[in-house]
Amino acid sequence: MNALAALRAEATKVLTVRMWWVLLIVLVGYVAFTSGLLALVFGGLGDKLSASGGNVPKIPEAALPPIIYSIASSIGYVFPVLFGTLATTAEFRHQTLTPTFLATPRRGVVLGAKFVTLAVVGAVYGVAALIASVGLGASILAATGHDAGLGHSDTWLLFARIVLAMAIWAVIGVGLGALIPSQVAAIVIVLAFTQFVEPILRLVSTFADWMASIGKFLPGAASDALVGSSIFTSLGASTGETQSLDWWSGGLVLLGYAVLAGTFGYFTSWRKDVT
Amino acid sequence: MGKSFGNVRAVDDLTFTVEPGTVTGFLGPNGAGKTTTLRMLLGLVRPTSGSATFGGTRYQDLAHPLNTVGTALEASSFHPGRSARNHLRVYALAAGIRANRVDEVLAQVGIAQYADRRVGGYSLGMRQRLGLAFALLGDPGVLVLDEPVNGLDPEGIKWIRSFLKQLAAEGRTVLVSSHLLSEVQQSVDRVVIISRGSLVFEGGLDELESGPRVLADSPQRDALGSALRAAGGTVEAASAGLAVTGLSRERVGAIALDAGCALTLLSTEHSGIEKAFLELVGEGESL
Repeated sequence: MNALAALRAEATKVLTVRMWWVLLIVLVGYVAFTSGLLALVFGGLGDKLSASGGNVPKIPEAALPPIIYSIASSIGYVFPVLFGTLATTAEFRHQTLTPTFLATPRRGVVLGAKFVTLAVVGAVYGVAALIASVGLGASILAATGHDAGLGHSDTWLLFARIVLAMAIWAVIGVGLGALIPSQVAAIVIVLAFTQFVEPILRLVSTFADWMASIGKFLPGAASDALVGSSIFTSLGASTGETQSLDWWSGGLVLLGYAVLAGTFGYFTSWRKDVT
Repeated sequence: MGKSFGNVRAVDDLTFTVEPGTVTGFLGPNGAGKTTTLRMLLGLVRPTSGSATFGGTRYQDLAHPLNTVGTALEASSFHPGRSARNHLRVYALAAGIRANRVDEVLAQVGIAQYADRRVGGYSLGMRQRLGLAFALLGDPGVLVLDEPVNGLDPEGIKWIRSFLKQLAAEGRTVLVSSHLLSEVQQSVDRVVIISRGSLVFEGGLDELESGPRVLADSPQRDALGSALRAAGGTVEAASAGLAVTGLSRERVGAIALDAGCALTLLSTEHSGIEKAFLELVGEGESL
């Protein structure tokens, strides 16, 4: 009863501020643009170039649709993390933790409700991003004479894993927000890590075997492993060493990051005095 | 209760009781520890020592916190992008309060016509009212209000005074904090005064007053003074003559007549509780 009430309150919090759909629109636009471009390059243009003897990275025909569709998560994952972080740090920034904890004094219940709510938001983001990447990607693939792969059950399993990954990323965002209550600092750290630090680390980790065995545990790498396909892993495969976890262990590692961030966040800032 | 922030003792062994059905003023200069005390009361700040209860139950353990204790704290705790109605809806949902209660409290504090505007555009007075609407959401028997008068214009102050009276008339228990006695003087029955984190006074407003003084003066001031002292009065030099305590105005007049001193001044001065308050908390500290 108490937990359900907290859940409804958290969901209302998300829906009554414009942020959720602003970020959603940007996500859809970004994913649609990237996956459309990728489908054009590897589908239409790639065929023409290789026909004329040009040097293009060769991607097996069957791997093409998953790479394009998984843009939804391999590039789009930053949006659910960002939203989870924003939703949590906003409570500190606008001091809404005061009325929140007055209405629900059990703080763990509030954080749990936030996890669940944001997981749902993350899943919705995943579905929206998929509509963008598959909608545009499949049309272009089909138009350029490739198999869009929508008839395979594997493709649909891929979609399910993308939605799952996006949900977990949103939960990671909540944990990070609790861990780093300063909104500006949290945003800078999320963007710097996902857009800059991690891509470099993943690139560096392809230089040697022992580094790759560590690099596969990076959150982005774990996420790509869970999804099972990613433009980054495919490009890595063509440039050097790459290792990847099984999809389920990738999922567990990603979930581990969420649990870790959430637990540390709870014990550091969430239980602190609200002044 | 006690609370330390590092080496700073913000609240020191503070103990007081708010009687049910009364309006109690919680007074002290800025920085005396009022807000910290109220936040400890509500489970938002963890006391270093001691505890606070509402009828024997800690706030965190209340089955229906918002229906038991209504709170309006000093800080404006709103998301600027959320409308007033949605702000209240969120917490009504969390506390299991029926949805139409939101419109009732919005009307009660007089901001119903702005309910769908984003709070970011609200004036300070409107925010204070929204804070009170949140406090009233669960129709609680106990209200904790932190500096509700702060930053209000004269009209707002007038409104909140009548509002406090109305709450008291409904038989609610109210604890209202302020750094200025005059702000709540008309509305409170009892006062709890703290200074530097410690209790300096707890009791009725009338007990706070030191009693009236009689001001008297005469060309033969010294003779009058000794006559008054001989009659048992306490005499001090005041700006205009002598300030006498312990004797009524009539007695002072009679003593002056007996002593043959012509009076040039004879009046009663109510020293006022504001002065007593300032003396308690240490003059000059109150802003």
